[in-house]
Amino acid sequence: MLNLIWFIPLLPLAGAILNLILGRKLGDPRSGWVATIATGTSFLVTVLVYFEMLGLEAEERSHVEVLFSWLPVGSLQVDFALLADPLSIVMALFITGISTLIHLYAIGYMHGDAKFSKFFLYLNLFVFSMLMLVMGENLLVTFLGWEGVGACSYFLISFWHTRNSAAVAGKKAFVTNRIGDFGVMTAMFLAFSAVGSLSYGAINEAAHAGELASVTATAIAMLLFVGACGKSAQLPLYLWLPDAMEGPTPVSALIHAATMVTSGVFLMTRMNPVLHISYDWAPTVIAVVGAATALYAATVAVAQNDIKKVLAYSTVSQLGFMFLAIGSGAYVAAIFHMITHAFFKALLFLGSGSVIHGMHHEQDMRRMGALRKVMPVTGFTFIIGWLAIAGVPPFAGFWSKDEILLYVYANNRGLYVVGLVTALLTAYYMTRQVIMVFYGKARWNDNSAEHGAHGEITPHESPRVMLIPLIVLSVLSILGGAMQLPFSKDLHFLEHWLAPVVEESEAYIGKSWAYQNKYLLLLVAIVVAVSGILISISVYAKSKFKVIEPKILEQAWKYDHAVSRVVGGPGAATFNLIAWIDANIVDGIVNGVGELIRSVAGSVRRVQSGFVRTYALLISFGAVAILAWFLLRGVLL
Amino acid sequence: MISLTLVPTATWYLVLAAVLFSIGTFGVLVRRNPLVMFMCIELMLNAVNLTFVALARELNDINGQTIVFFVMVVAAAEVVVGLGIIVSIMRNRSALTADDLAELKG
Repeated sequence: MLNLIWFIPLLPLAGAILNLILGRKLGDPRSGWVATIATGTSFLVTVLVYFEMLGLEAEERSHVEVLFSWLPVGSLQVDFALLADPLSIVMALFITGISTLIHLYAIGYMHGDAKFSKFFLYLNLFVFSMLMLVMGENLLVTFLGWEGVGACSYFLISFWHTRNSAAVAGKKAFVTNRIGDFGVMTAMFLAFSAVGSLSYGAINEAAHAGELASVTATAIAMLLFVGACGKSAQLPLYLWLPDAMEGPTPVSALIHAATMVTSGVFLMTRMNPVLHISYDWAPTVIAVVGAATALYAATVAVAQNDIKKVLAYSTVSQLGFMFLAIGSGAYVAAIFHMITHAFFKALLFLGSGSVIHGMHHEQDMRRMGALRKVMPVTGFTFIIGWLAIAGVPPFAGFWSKDEILLYVYANNRGLYVVGLVTALLTAYYMTRQVIMVFYGKARWNDNSAEHGAHGEITPHESPRVMLIPLIVLSVLSILGGAMQLPFSKDLHFLEHWLAPVVEESEAYIGKSWAYQNKYLLLLVAIVVAVSGILISISVYAKSKFKVIEPKILEQAWKYDHAVSRVVGGPGAATFNLIAWIDANIVDGIVNGVGELIRSVAGSVRRVQSGFVRTYALLISFGAVAILAWFLLRGVLL
Repeated sequence: MISLTLVPTATWYLVLAAVLFSIGTFGVLVRRNPLVMFMCIELMLNAVNLTFVALARELNDINGQTIVFFVMVVAAAEVVVGLGIIVSIMRNRSALTADDLAELKG
């Protein structure tokens, strides 16, 4: 079974190709089913591989499948190889699993869209790219997937490209991601020049064996982190993610919550031996950036009124948490949170999509309220997602967030406080969202005059094909924490599973104060989450306090503004200047040389009269001149 | 008694060769008829030959005479090619001068 791992990425690719050729003919909804079945089969193969691997000894759980030699150029030997090891399989499991659910959901959500089959073509292509990213055996195969998800993200964000904002958002995502890609490419070049190979095995081996200098390792780790910042939407490159909400909601759920944005976290975990031997400040930088992003995005999410924007900033914030974990050496906790986050954030996004669908594409939470009664299933599952992300036990998000906070406390208490504040804000803004959407007064038709032709809105529950994924994901959001429970070493299933890939884990904080008092920290986390929820309820449901939603938070601290100002003002001026220099000076020199030669040639060409006798005359002049030179040389010199 | 014996020296031959060469050059430059130009070139070639022979005798060096043979052989070949070209051009055009053949002007 292990030598069939290439089936895992191949199946979604086959689905994409099938939809490319036959998509129009298959139409709505059959092309959606093709895509769903392709991804679902891929999930089944992954499950089989997982069980086969479970039967092996821990050290043997790594299988490299070389498909062909990709770049045999001198000392650069890159194989097109896939790697099945605990990390890649755990990633593949939740990618294919959640993708299947989202594909299924999208059949309902995209029903009636003119480009129905194209949507599923892109979705399958995305799943393929993501699987290449996590299953690649070397940096180049991963980079192929890395660029693939970037491209698919661009296609899908601007899927409704006739809307200007969607087209702009797609471009923004693409350009911002390119900045990150620059970091990954440079890291790749550096790794090759230092180690002589791009294979993860070789690079990590070199890091273990001490063949990689600390300074090189630091450079590689930091450059990869730049790439991770782009893909995983960290400060200062997070900008594209909130705008990416222009895409259809299944895309937001799949790409911008559950899978693509986690690729940065994955890459850092994959290269953890390199990060481990780099200078001490490198992980600290990652932790600080993560914490800053988490706090920043959480504050912004507090004041958003678009149902998807709240979730988008919340995603940025949770990704910050994951990087906080990476920077604290808690790779298992980062992966754990990545998985639980994938469950509940996919659930929340799909739930919000269900709301948007039921509300006839109304996304403003100020026009919702009391939807719990008209959309019972959506409401119920959304509430489960809310409890999971807010960190209420025993839901999945609680366990993973607590695990991260434990490690952060052991490493840096200042960042722990930031983490706690973020957790408080998370509980607060998610409660705010749930209250605004599902509780309170129904405000659907408050502004019905504005709707004009649309008339009254009558929200309705979504079709069953959209509700099944919600139910499955809500079950996962409840039970997901069971992967890694803190009570006993025997309950650290995920950690044991990832042990061959991630060596530096709990052992090194085992003696710290935090670890010995982990139940106290658990209690603190519960108190923080519950108080966040209670504050929010007293503000939004009971109206005991005035609502505080400063304008500056709604505008994301004007960061986007500032960047647009800089890029649009001096930035555009600089680029215009460069364009002017290129058009006038660089081209001027080139064209000037050409013009000069042309004019010189124009005057010289008259010599070529075509008259033989003129040539003869010139030759005889020449002969006389040479003769004169020989004769007079003796006299003159 | 003055005996007027004119003993031809090498100088005479060289002067003669120079005169012939100049006539040839002049002819090539002023005449427009390709055939006459061709004949003038032959004249120049043979002026050079004469120089070679005169100097070979003067310097007692056989190499000068050897080169003359080479020149004659090359000249013969050149005449064949040159005349061939001229005749074929003459067939297509009447009343041809060298200045009419100016298609290669820049």
